Amino acid sequence: MLIDSYRFLPRSFQPMYANAQPVEGETEAVWAPFEKRLADARIALVTSAGLSLSGEQDPFDLARERSEPTWGDPSFRVLPHALAGRELAMSHLHVNNTDVLADHNIALPTDVLDDVVADGAVASAAPRHFSVMGYQESGVRAWREETGPAIVELLRDDRVDGVVLAPV
Amino acid sequence: MPVLARRIEGAGIATVVATMMPQTAVELMAPRVVGVEFPFGHPFGMPGDRVMQRAVLDSALRVLAGASAFGTRVDVDLEWPQPRGEAYKSWQPPEPSPIVARLLAGRGGT
Repeated sequence: MLIDSYRFLPRSFQPMYANAQPVEGETEAVWAPFEKRLADARIALVTSAGLSLSGEQDPFDLARERSEPTWGDPSFRVLPHALAGRELAMSHLHVNNTDVLADHNIALPTDVLDDVVADGAVASAAPRHFSVMGYQESGVRAWREETGPAIVELLRDDRVDGVVLAPV
Repeated sequence: MPVLARRIEGAGIATVVATMMPQTAVELMAPRVVGVEFPFGHPFGMPGDRVMQRAVLDSALRVLAGASAFGTRVDVDLEWPQPRGEAYKSWQPPEPSPIVARLLAGRGGT
């Protein structure tokens, strides 16, 4: 089956998403074979929910986005896999934040990944995951040149075999 | 998000993008894509619904490990449990985002 991506969206959103064009320099296929069995693999998560650790990390810069509507904060936050007892803040002006703050697993499924690991389907969860803020127009360049390479370095340090990324 | 997936994939680490907009992710050249027919803000499903969240994560992991070629897209056959009208309203932010507010203002809307 093919899903209907516009089922829950205002009709005015269709032109913003239809026939998306890759940015310059991102038009070629890129492929890393997944060579292990999942049961031997370590998995990391990336969310675009704009999550940060409340009181421990700076939130994403929403003030600048409010004054420059085509700008989105291109930085990232490192989140520990163990989030029990930590409070998350969400910086995202494009969705209602209530449900993610009620259960972060709908955007960053750390507890669900624990269940998968407990069942033996995956060997381990990475010790840290990553959050960016999804809304990027002028910030895409910084994602390519700074945020992406910085996240890659940390994934390599953690010996991650595969990454599940979820835009919100 | 496909841009970040491509950076990570290009460094030799396999990726999958789980998204409400799978066609867009394919067009933006994400290597592996899993689609869900859910409202924005909910890529793994309903808060508190661990069965639904697990079904999406399991699908993403299967595609991550099992896809054999660039551009693989698999959509998840799960129906959003809320009525459409309710879900249409509840994902939207309390006030329009800055870019949507600008577009609406440019159009003479409110």
